[in-house]
Amino acid sequence: MKDMLEIRWHGRGGQGAKTASQFLAEAALELGKHIQAFPEYGPERAGAPIRTFTRISDHKINVHSPITNPDIVVVIDPTLLVSVDAAEGLGDNGILVVNTPEGPEAIREKAGYKKGKVVTCDGTKISLDTLGISMPNTPMLGALLKANPVVPIETLENKVRNKFLKKLGPEKTEANIKAIRRAFEEAKIG
Amino acid sequence: MSNKKLIPLTGDQAVAEAMRQIEPDVVAAYPITPATEIVMNFSQFVADGRVATELIPVESEHSAMSACVGSAAAGARTMTATSANGLALMWEIVYIAASTRLPIVMPVVNRALSGPLNIHCDHSDTMGARDSGWIQIYAEDAQEAYENTIVAMRIAEHNKILLPVMVCQDGFITSHAVEGVDIFPDGEVKKFVGEYKIAHSLLDVDNPVTYGPLDLQDFYFEHKRQQADAMKNALEIIPEVLREFNDTFKRSHDLVEEYFLADAEVGIIVLSSTAGTAKTVVDSLRKKGLKVGLLRPRFFRPFPKERIIKALSHLKALAVLDRSDSFAAEGGPLFSEIRAAMYESGQRPLITDYIFGLGGRDIFPQDIEKVFKDLEEIKKTGKVKSLVNYLGVRD
Repeated sequence: MKDMLEIRWHGRGGQGAKTASQFLAEAALELGKHIQAFPEYGPERAGAPIRTFTRISDHKINVHSPITNPDIVVVIDPTLLVSVDAAEGLGDNGILVVNTPEGPEAIREKAGYKKGKVVTCDGTKISLDTLGISMPNTPMLGALLKANPVVPIETLENKVRNKFLKKLGPEKTEANIKAIRRAFEEAKIG
Repeated sequence: MSNKKLIPLTGDQAVAEAMRQIEPDVVAAYPITPATEIVMNFSQFVADGRVATELIPVESEHSAMSACVGSAAAGARTMTATSANGLALMWEIVYIAASTRLPIVMPVVNRALSGPLNIHCDHSDTMGARDSGWIQIYAEDAQEAYENTIVAMRIAEHNKILLPVMVCQDGFITSHAVEGVDIFPDGEVKKFVGEYKIAHSLLDVDNPVTYGPLDLQDFYFEHKRQQADAMKNALEIIPEVLREFNDTFKRSHDLVEEYFLADAEVGIIVLSSTAGTAKTVVDSLRKKGLKVGLLRPRFFRPFPKERIIKALSHLKALAVLDRSDSFAAEGGPLFSEIRAAMYESGQRPLITDYIFGLGGRDIFPQDIEKVFKDLEEIKKTGKVKSLVNYLGVRD
């Protein structure tokens, strides 16, 4: 029945949740899909919990409200699991992707999500290793793609390359690509 | 359906693209959330030398519209952009621009007026300006905001119209959401908008004219009457311009958009992005066999009364969704006008109003389902329990 993929992202201001939600949508657009990517603008300040949304469909997307029943939830900041009901509205076949050094079982407990799939990946460590800073948004894209190949990883990498090359230079751009690859390999599904 | 030519843009970026292609002679603007990105992106086009536009970064919106008035009176193709309190601050000059018959195009990203301070979407800003003499077009999504900006230029400058146009879209909901947008080739847009030649330039010293003189009891009334006639004439001419736009760009713009109304028994009337959300509800209720439909006025000024009566008369019950209130009036501005129009209809559907979404309060498909449920009840009982309702607010 549902011909649209809906993804909700939870992060903190400054962690690049908006950028990640947009990169994924733009990669899907290149494959001929219809897309929406939009953040929920609250008080914009670094560290404040924020939500952003991605919709991907084969058809024109008419709906213009926030996503309440996502197919996938990505949690970019693990500390949010304490204060935010990240799994809210996530269905029986949902996917919960969390940036954490812990495994899927422990996260199921913390998030109170007993169904679907839980994917964990230490995106913070990966970004510290590859980029030298904590910017876990790009690795979490890799972890997401492992659980659901929304777009081929190469399409996403090209999108990241196109977007970052001018802004960050070749070195940091390739570090981001490496982070996506590593997260894709290291992500645990349970 | 393949859409490989679409490029990812926010509603604000899409409007800035339209402005780049139109390449007006003058843009005078002061940034305000959520219209800032329009001015920001256009400023970049100026800085990069991609347009030859004279950009006037003024110190306030009052000055922005004042500069636009001077520029347009001189004969320059002129644009600005604003939101909410910015529109409020330019208020005095907004009326002057219209009464001086200056074809300025102004994208307005709809936002709640303070106070309390709020940066999110509602229509209180432009609804307040509904009697200012500006044409108003409301867009459902980024694509339409882009296209409306282009067509607005031609409407404004049409020698039988000569009125300024507000090109409205919903703050953040479409202005800051990335969607795939089909950007027309630059050359086609330039050809469509053509060259603008003012009939009576303020700077034509060989044929001197006066703009904005004192106009007291002797002629002010006649000039206001002419303004009213111009807006009425616009209603006749806009469809011609839209037809030309549709033929050029393979589109289907109209004064209103009708969605599953032909055999509908109940219907919702709503502007802008919420119409998109309502369409998904119509789709799902239609699958259940319910005869529901939707009317989205694209133009609010001039008010396409005849089209609205024609589209709605056969329905049994109507709900208007207003994203602004008119305190202690009989409902919001859209409701008042739709209801007044339906008074002229031979058949008068039962009608009710819902004020929703003030200050960016989210409206979900479930909220719209509730309205349709209420309409089914009204249809069944033949009674409107409450004329003006508030949707999605805490009691």
